[in-house]
Amino acid sequence: MGKYIVQGATGDFEIVLGLEVHAQVISNAKLFSGAATEFGAEPNAQVSLVDAAMPGMLPTINAECIRQAVRTGLALGAQINKFSVFDRKNYFYADLPQGYQISQFKHPIVGEGTVTLDLADGSTKEVGIERIHLEQDAGKSMHDQHPQYTYVDLNRSGVALMEIVSKPDMRSPEEAGAYLTKLRTILRYIGSCDGNMEQGSMRADVNVSVRRPGEPFGTRCEIKNVNSIRFVRQAIEYEAQRQVDIIEAGGKVDQETRLFDPNKGETRSMRSKEEAHDYRYFPDPDLLPVEFDDAFIEAARASLPELPDHKKARFVEELGLPDYNASVLVAEKESCDYFEDLIAALAKKVGKDVKDVAAKASNWVTGDLFGALNKAGKSVTESPVSAAQGADLLALIEDGTISGRIAKDVFEIMFETGKDADVIVEEKGLKQVSDTGEIEKIIDEVIAANPGQLEQYRAGKDKLIGFFVGQVMKATGGKANPGLVNQLLKPKLDG
Amino acid sequence: MSNIDKATVAKIARLARIKIEDEKLEPLAGELNNILGWVEQLDEVNTDNIEPMSSVVDAKLRWRADEVTDGDKQQSVLKNAPRGEYGFFAVPKVIE
Repeated sequence: MGKYIVQGATGDFEIVLGLEVHAQVISNAKLFSGAATEFGAEPNAQVSLVDAAMPGMLPTINAECIRQAVRTGLALGAQINKFSVFDRKNYFYADLPQGYQISQFKHPIVGEGTVTLDLADGSTKEVGIERIHLEQDAGKSMHDQHPQYTYVDLNRSGVALMEIVSKPDMRSPEEAGAYLTKLRTILRYIGSCDGNMEQGSMRADVNVSVRRPGEPFGTRCEIKNVNSIRFVRQAIEYEAQRQVDIIEAGGKVDQETRLFDPNKGETRSMRSKEEAHDYRYFPDPDLLPVEFDDAFIEAARASLPELPDHKKARFVEELGLPDYNASVLVAEKESCDYFEDLIAALAKKVGKDVKDVAAKASNWVTGDLFGALNKAGKSVTESPVSAAQGADLLALIEDGTISGRIAKDVFEIMFETGKDADVIVEEKGLKQVSDTGEIEKIIDEVIAANPGQLEQYRAGKDKLIGFFVGQVMKATGGKANPGLVNQLLKPKLDG
Repeated sequence: MSNIDKATVAKIARLARIKIEDEKLEPLAGELNNILGWVEQLDEVNTDNIEPMSSVVDAKLRWRADEVTDGDKQQSVLKNAPRGEYGFFAVPKVIE
């Protein structure tokens, strides 16, 4: 793909990007306490005395959070560390009652891995993962509820996060977007994070620097807590331009933490936090190192579903799907589940192998079904037409009961009413007419009613055959078998 | 040999949110240097090829099952807070 370049007045700059993604681990209870993690509870209703950092309370690690971090590492092809250590990261903030965050610094649970990006032009690019560590989330502060006070809710305090740190391998806003998209897809496939950026269960810190091609890395700025893929791209574009402007004006980029303001589309410095960057990490004396054996890793590996890259390759190579359809389907696990249920049911119904029905079915799922779902603002799991019902509809086309054209009408009614295809076909009398005698009779009538067109056709205007096909279809309400019509019409027109 | 000066003590105090009067900084620097000097005697021990010890007892980290066993105690959690409103902790505004 074309290189992303920021054009300055004095020459071109390239940008260097690394992302730190905070992904909330899917677990029932928090990382170190038995309080619930569910979103949207009453304030401070899901807080144990451990999460509120009452004196004397001790943390106990949640086994599921360890397992989820290991599964995530395996899904990213990363090194799993059988020995890791929790450290205290010290800083003061109202939503951090302990005065420190329990995190992992020197010995993270997961080491180096890889994410393969799927770019818009169809090419791929590998981005390195530096590490993944487990840590506690902080509580939530609300600054706009009272003129003098900040309100603090500790429900999120102590919920497990995975911090997934990439290497500085990305070079354009598009690549950063593709990285987040792919990472979210993988996390959702394996069920270690729901990837919901609006609810904050996945957020990104973006490290941006610029340099003239060939030069060493420039000074980076970290844009904190960006909560949508679109904002990540906007923030990078703005920030890169800002840094280029500074350098070209003869200035120096300060290494600092910045915030992205989506309303103004700009990043700005987070003043007064510089001092807080002295975190004084040290091993948490309340927690022994995390240790597990190979059997634990293998059990985690065995629990992983087929991953998106593998699934896509299988769809294309074994099932003969067009590349585009395969990409659309594998983007969400639920879409794949629907598609695979549908082709299994369809193959069984029409007595064929799945690979003989898969390509056509993928057109229907990614075209008709997803089009209707998009229009209705529904996800595939909310589809009014189930995979089994979809298979029934496609089977009716396959065995010639209805034409593809009629199937679109039937699908519309199915989508509105949730009724089965065969019921609708029966009720509305939509069965395809494949009775040769009946079709021939209609063709004769159509020809007799249009002597002018017949004359022109015989004089050499053979395109008029389309007109006759249209008339026959119209006379049968679209129910005539189009293949048969074509077959019977030509000899009659030719006389 | 570590050397903690007055400015370092002031910085550590600020990071720890402990208020220390100006005239106490100098004496504290002296005390801290004494403590560090005492601990630094450990440097005399050869620790090559010795694994760091994470506990004085031979114990493994205890893991808990992923079950909700706690919470639903908003009143207890807020009980000692200087100010609670509508179920939230209410603290002096932390942003301008």
